[in-house]
Amino acid sequence: MQIPNGLDGQGAERHGRDKPLLSVSGVSHYYGDRIGCRNVSFTLYPGEVLAIVGESGSGKTTLLNCISTRMEPTTGEVTYRFRDGSVKNLYRMGEAERRFLMRTDWGFVHQNPADGLRMTVSAGANVGERLMAVGERHYGRIRETATDWLTKVEIAADRIDDQPRAFSGGMRQRLQIARNLVTHPRLVFMDEPTGGLDVSVQARMLDLLRGLVADLGLAVIIVTHDLAVARLLSHRMMVMKDGEVIETGLTDQLLDDPQAAYTQLLVSSILQV
Amino acid sequence: MTLQDTGLAAYNFAYLDEQTKRMIRRAILKAIAIPGYQVPFASREMPMPYGWGTGGVQVTASIIGPEDVLKVIDQGSDDTTNAVSIRKFFEKTAGVETTTRTGEATVIQTRHRIPEAPLKEGQVLVYQVPIPEPLRFLEPRETETRKMHALEEYGLMHVKLYEDIARNGHIATTYAYPVKVEGRYVMDPSPTPKFDNPKMDNCAALQLFGAGREKRIYAIPPYTSVVSLDFEDHPFEVNRFEQPCALCGAEGVYLDEMILDDKGGRMFCCSDTDFCEERRGEAESVSASNGEIV
Ligand SMILES: [Zn+2]
Repeated sequence: MQIPNGLDGQGAERHGRDKPLLSVSGVSHYYGDRIGCRNVSFTLYPGEVLAIVGESGSGKTTLLNCISTRMEPTTGEVTYRFRDGSVKNLYRMGEAERRFLMRTDWGFVHQNPADGLRMTVSAGANVGERLMAVGERHYGRIRETATDWLTKVEIAADRIDDQPRAFSGGMRQRLQIARNLVTHPRLVFMDEPTGGLDVSVQARMLDLLRGLVADLGLAVIIVTHDLAVARLLSHRMMVMKDGEVIETGLTDQLLDDPQAAYTQLLVSSILQV
Repeated sequence: MTLQDTGLAAYNFAYLDEQTKRMIRRAILKAIAIPGYQVPFASREMPMPYGWGTGGVQVTASIIGPEDVLKVIDQGSDDTTNAVSIRKFFEKTAGVETTTRTGEATVIQTRHRIPEAPLKEGQVLVYQVPIPEPLRFLEPRETETRKMHALEEYGLMHVKLYEDIARNGHIATTYAYPVKVEGRYVMDPSPTPKFDNPKMDNCAALQLFGAGREKRIYAIPPYTSVVSLDFEDHPFEVNRFEQPCALCGAEGVYLDEMILDDKGGRMFCCSDTDFCEERRGEAESVSASNGEIV
């Protein structure tokens, strides 16, 4: 990994990536009287991988939806720095611009690949869709790029005309990743990306993700209940419980020396494995 | 279609009541104002089953006046059951003059074809449409397809064409071939053959589309740009026919295959029967004036 340890933002600064990519400030979401997530603030720098960790019901998915424009927060602000350097409040942008952002500069990898793929069109079209959406009108080039990306995610090029219905769970998830990365996004959200996979293929998937994230210098926000996933992929971690962030820090440090009692419990439970 | 003369006598001019016609006309005006945009309308029950062109019939009923001359075609022909029924329906309910001649008609209702003879200013072409939504085949949610139209997110249309090429080596879509209207809305000319797509572009006549079951009306005003979607390396092409029409010798027109006998005998001739007959009529009169025997 490119990002050195021990740096919460300052490290990125030393590497000339001194400005936050995404800033989340005081984000809360309520479902009626019930708290989804409360008063969450953080910044994410280019190329940084942040894991949001918690059990189900901790509010991590609500938070992910709030910061990825999939659900408007009840209060709080989320700003994003565009390629041209301008910083915009995501919820004050028009819907057209927001959707454009989501299929160009962002990616979203769902736990269930069927939620992120078109199951009835070929793998090549799944990968090529974003290119066509941004105006690519050359069939040969689309196919070439799609072939390239299939290879990068370890899908044989001769499967390009097969539909994901014919793929295994692991292949589908890799296809979903290729579909997201084809436009060279700067920020990718991942919701339990290995959660639906057999344990036997999880390790390979994590390896692949780790390599891609490092090679492409992607910023990633990954939601997981699995501390092993967080340990392998992330630079920084946020632990959530009952809708609130209870601990945050560099992944290595946090796992070595958890401060909150709840985090200690979580860590001790996986480290025994 | 069974129409009881006695029953119809009680109906308003062109069957629909004036309030319904006004409602449909408002939808038509909106459709003309936003070329290619699908305008919802409260489709009425018509005395014929869906699939018989109830959308087109309602549009025609709303725009037709006593002075109009109506032509109705189905697959290019004036003589199919569907075309004859609709023509009779308006003869009875509106008492309008009908014709099979493209040049004489002021309103032409059609399913599947655009006449070969160029349309003129002042003419209205009314299409019967079964499925108006071009995005539906990949995105069944209507809330989403509406949003895609609103935000001009048309990547999916090219996904369909991509799949076509990946499967067949070329764009194999021959009917309902998607077009972009006036550089903005993607529209389904369904179910006309793509052969007719170029005729929609910059057409002098007003083109109206009515989908009865789907409750949508859309329009292409005269002289509007209509572009068929394609790829740079797989450009849009119309179907070419190897031979001319076996009856009138016309080239560059849309041909139907006719089975002549059960021994495999067949011939290709104009799908636009009026066009074919007029050409043969002209040829005869030319021959006659030259004193030749045909
Ligand atoms: Zn002919």
